[in-house]
Amino acid sequence: MALVLEHISKRVGAESHIDDVSLTLEPGGFHVLLGRTLAGKTTLMRLMAGLDRPTAGRILMDGRDVTRDPVQKRNVAMVYQQFINYPSLNVYDNIASPLKVAGRDRAEIDRRVREVAELVHIEMFLDRLPAELSGGQQQRCAMARALVKEADLLLFDEPLVNLDYKLREELRTEMREIFRTSGTIAVYASTEPVEALSLGGHTAVLHEGRLAQFGRTVEVYHRPASVEVGKVFSDPPINLFPGRLDGRGLSIGRDIQVPQIAHLRDLPGGECQVGVRANHLFVQRHSEHDVAVDCEVELAEIGGSETFIHVRHGDIELTVQQEGIHVLTLGDRIPVFMDPRQLFVFDPGGKLLATPDRGALAS
Amino acid sequence: MARIELHELAHSYKPRPQGQEDYALKRMHHVWEDGKAYALLGPSGCGKSTMLNIISGLLAPSEGQVLFDGEDVTRRRPEQRNIAQVFQFPVIYDTMTVYDNLAFPLRNRRVAESEVHARVTEVAEMLEVGDLLRRRGVGLTADQKQKISMGRGLVRADVAAILLDEPLTVIDPHLKFLIRRKLKQIHERYNHTMVYVTHDQVEALTFADEVVVFHEGVAVQMGSPQDLFEAPAHTFVGYFIGSPGMNVLPCELEGGHAVAGDLRVPLDNAVIGAARQRQAQKLELGIRPEFVQLSHKPAPGAVAGRVQQVDDLGNFAIVAVQVGEQRLFVKIPEHQTVHSEAVYLGFPPHWTRLYADDWLVQA
Repeated sequence: MALVLEHISKRVGAESHIDDVSLTLEPGGFHVLLGRTLAGKTTLMRLMAGLDRPTAGRILMDGRDVTRDPVQKRNVAMVYQQFINYPSLNVYDNIASPLKVAGRDRAEIDRRVREVAELVHIEMFLDRLPAELSGGQQQRCAMARALVKEADLLLFDEPLVNLDYKLREELRTEMREIFRTSGTIAVYASTEPVEALSLGGHTAVLHEGRLAQFGRTVEVYHRPASVEVGKVFSDPPINLFPGRLDGRGLSIGRDIQVPQIAHLRDLPGGECQVGVRANHLFVQRHSEHDVAVDCEVELAEIGGSETFIHVRHGDIELTVQQEGIHVLTLGDRIPVFMDPRQLFVFDPGGKLLATPDRGALAS
Repeated sequence: MARIELHELAHSYKPRPQGQEDYALKRMHHVWEDGKAYALLGPSGCGKSTMLNIISGLLAPSEGQVLFDGEDVTRRRPEQRNIAQVFQFPVIYDTMTVYDNLAFPLRNRRVAESEVHARVTEVAEMLEVGDLLRRRGVGLTADQKQKISMGRGLVRADVAAILLDEPLTVIDPHLKFLIRRKLKQIHERYNHTMVYVTHDQVEALTFADEVVVFHEGVAVQMGSPQDLFEAPAHTFVGYFIGSPGMNVLPCELEGGHAVAGDLRVPLDNAVIGAARQRQAQKLELGIRPEFVQLSHKPAPGAVAGRVQQVDDLGNFAIVAVQVGEQRLFVKIPEHQTVHSEAVYLGFPPHWTRLYADDWLVQA
């Protein structure tokens, strides 16, 4: 089974909401649609579901053209940001409702409802009304109703946004388990890099209505095809600054000279953009290749196990995410160490030129 | 700015509370220093919002007093308390300009226009919204609106405290990071007494000097981010702070060791002595996933386990290891690899905590 989007576009009046997106989605693991607010995630999901029709392009389910089939004719289920349940039905009947509509017999309904309720850990609340449940339990109920349907396509539109941080973490881990081997095509919209990484599977990065990159989640994370993908898929934000490539290597700013080693060899000369994630900068020397950058501290945010250190070198602002507690104050001068083997290089248009060789860095 | 004292404070929403379980906020006694930043952290329903409402004056506590700089304000309404508040959703007037929005709390108190101008300009500069001053509220983005809401909280020079209730919930991650940083910088520069309510541990830990963790109406720990991470006072703090939370496993005491199956961890004699004195029903060992040492070779004191799963989260990986009946999590750095299923886990005594009936045992 596969859901294929062929050159899908959606225009509303003069505005383009989705621009020429092609994607093939298959069962097994999540497909995360990662993008900022208004990137087109919800629009794309509505097109996948058949709630809206594309202005151009085709949608195929299992090879069959379903572009013009309305949502009722497609076997899809959707879970939203808001917790949507039937308020007057108890949890059992809420979960059972799609099966009743489908005319299944009572014994089967009972078996499936209990099975799914157990999967999402609400088997003890079957007699309760949604209003008698916590937010997390209400969303589990909505998820159970979507799961019980055994839809071909299951769409999650930022389903955990309204829940507590810790609950999100737990539900993500559970969902990752449920969909690791499921026969359903599962799609999950999110603005959060951490969410995409913890759901695993595949990630499609959307930016301004266009598909910026699609691939295995960790691969997209480690090889962002463009500056935009790097920005959308980094938390804390990826450090970016202009550089210049020439015969001697990579120069950054006025006085930082990076030797031509590892993946930085054999790059075309000229202007470029350099990116490095915050956790790849250090306040202590880490390797023999490190380049020291003299910086002035602007702020240190101390978390429990790590510190975000915001520094400046001339016009270049950097964020360093460092293990441990580092007490620093405004105006302190410290060296920040940059390992050339960890740098991303993008061309002036933002396209990836060189990416760190993770194999060579592994221990 | 003021020093806030919560004197033997407790609150029940029931008119005649019978027992502890009737209290939404159980008895607490805290002193919050003038000029410091505090975060109230916990899942929904933990009591943190009740606490905030008591400080702001929306709610009169059923027991105890609230003192601002020694003065009893327990029965005073919010407008009589001289506090500024920032809420989850931006509160700004769409038809007014940003300038007038920022000026509003001052003009309301008949502050002279020259002073209004000076304060508005300063706050706008502080929040980097100077270029928006002439724009109207309508048409601003969500993060711009929330910055203006914060500006309205910060604009008065004479407030006793600034209370922030989940102010970053509706903001995209990359902007959340920037606003959080701005707020922290403002605090470092102006030393307002700030109370920040959140369920997000990263926000709480990076922002606050001291974090109060709430669990079922009990303020289970007040401490620095480092304390909460390194020495959780309660197993709930261990679980709630950190991703994933602390590993907790049942243990017994044998001589100078805590023993859990094959695992033997030598502990400080004073800790062992204190634990024996408690005569607890339940003894547990706690260690954070960051501190468990994973090795492929047997080591003294290390316990054998089998790797169940390795989840690559980009900057690090989480390894799930089955040890006897228990599943433990180990956090390993980005470039470390797990190349066999059989592993040995070491618990460095320095990072291993002992809990008696869920509370930390201290020497």
